[in-house]
This record gives sequence, structure tokens and C-alpha cells, in this order.
Amino acid sequence: MPMTDDEIFQKVTETLTEALGVDDDEVTPDATLTGDLGAESIDFLDIVFRLEKTFSIKIPPGDLFPDNVLNNPEFVADGKVTDAGLVQFKESMPHVDFGDFDQDPDVNKLSELFKVQTIINYVKNKTAG
Amino acid sequence: MRWIWIDRFEEFSPGVSAVAVKNVSLAEEHLHDHWEDFPVMPVSLMIEGMAQTSGILVGQARDFREKVILAKISKAEIAEPVVPGDQLKYHTEIVTITDQAASTHGTVSKNGKDIGTIDLMFSHIDQNLAGTKFPEENFVFTGQFLRLLAGFVETPTK
Repeated sequence: MPMTDDEIFQKVTETLTEALGVDDDEVTPDATLTGDLGAESIDFLDIVFRLEKTFSIKIPPGDLFPDNVLNNPEFVADGKVTDAGLVQFKESMPHVDFGDFDQDPDVNKLSELFKVQTIINYVKNKTAG
Repeated sequence: MRWIWIDRFEEFSPGVSAVAVKNVSLAEEHLHDHWEDFPVMPVSLMIEGMAQTSGILVGQARDFREKVILAKISKAEIAEPVVPGDQLKYHTEIVTITDQAASTHGTVSKNGKDIGTIDLMFSHIDQNLAGTKFPEENFVFTGQFLRLLAGFVETPTK
């Protein structure tokens, strides 16, 4: 039986409090992982490792968070995500809400798209089979 | 010179777990200042000892091809002071290992009694996503580190 949204949120909250050392009341769906919860690069791997254990899922590199695509000049040029990059990201990351990122695709703002809700969406897609 | 904070391995199960021993002695100069009236082993050095135990376990799991660097102290809790004459054991196991990184779970015991937990993450730095290049030579696993494994597993000669 698939998990309810509430069960997923509780488990994601537990994962993030352990991985990032934050209090559970800081973990809201809209909280950004880097800006609000202070995640650094190694933390993203930590989160992936913990989610794999918690939800018994396999998360391939680059599936939940961007991999080395950011070093690909076809996808990122002059500090902006290119049109090809936007297509690639949207196709490979349906769990991310890109909002109006297209209006100003500054690569430095990409991290703001990764929120607690992003992880919840990903886990929901993954556990729904 | 490497400052090695474990004396020897007691158990080594490749890719799975390891136990290393550290005998704490008043001959260690740093204890004279930490503190003069009450010498106590700094917890930071217990973390280093666990990092060396776990780091060697993680390095051996990939035949010492990767440069394994401590990237994160996920948890470090030590409940009791450790003083000269005590024997510490660092018990560690690999929780997850991938091409990019590894996480380990460790328990510290003092004279046979569990006194704390140290969980760590290591990065395989040649696989870092920023594409940064490091020297080709494996500067992490040098002779002194590898000699600790003598009798447990075969180690690279160079």
C-alpha cells in the first residue's frame, strides 16, 4: 500500500533533521535545502544515502539533485541555464517545480528550486512505482 | 610524518567493518596541556581516530584507488572522559558506499564499555562534481597507514 503524503512528510522530516542537524519545525514544505536549512554539497549525498535506507529505494546519481550536468557547456553558459538545459532539467526532474525560473535562469538560483517539497515529490513518484 | 591515532587493527572485515585499538598514555605530550591537573583525551582526537579507522576501511573497499577524505561528521557523542591508562576501541561499519562517497557508523568503547557514537561521511575526491583535479598520487594512503593493515589484507606496495 502506498504511503500517505503525511507519512512521507514525517519520514522526510526525520531524514533532514538527522542529515542537517536542524529542528523539525524548520522543515516545512517550502523550506529551501541550501538557503533555509543550510545544506552543503556533501549533505546532498548524505540526504540521498538516508532516503535510500528510509524508503528502501535506489536513487541513481543525478536523479534527485543535479549531477555534473552543471559542468556541461551545452546546459549552462555564461552563468545561465540554456534553453537546452531547461528542457533537459524539466524532463529529467519532474519532481522540481521550476516556477518562473525560465524568466531569469541564473544558475546560482537553481539551488533555490530544491525545497523539502521537491524531495517529497520525488519520493512520492518513486514509491508509487 | 602522519599523526596516527590508532595503534593497531584488531579486526578487519573488508568492505564491511573494522575494529581498531587506541591505548591512551600519559607519555602523549598533548595530554600534559589538556589538562595539566586532569589529563583527558580530547574528543576531537577520538573523532580523528575513528576517521582513520573508518577511512582505511572505506579506502580498502575500493583497493585504495580512491582518495578518501573526511567530508562530514554526521554525529559525535562521547559520554565519559577518557584518561591515561584507558583503552579505546573504535568499532566501525560501512553503511553506504558509492562511487562518490561513503558513510560509516561507529561506536567507541572504553575498557570494554560503549561510551559513544561517531558517524562519518567520506568523499572520494577524484569523483567530486565540481570537476576539481587532484594530484595523481594517492597522498591519503601512504605507507604508515597501510602498514596498519599488515596481516589482515594485501595492500599496494607503492
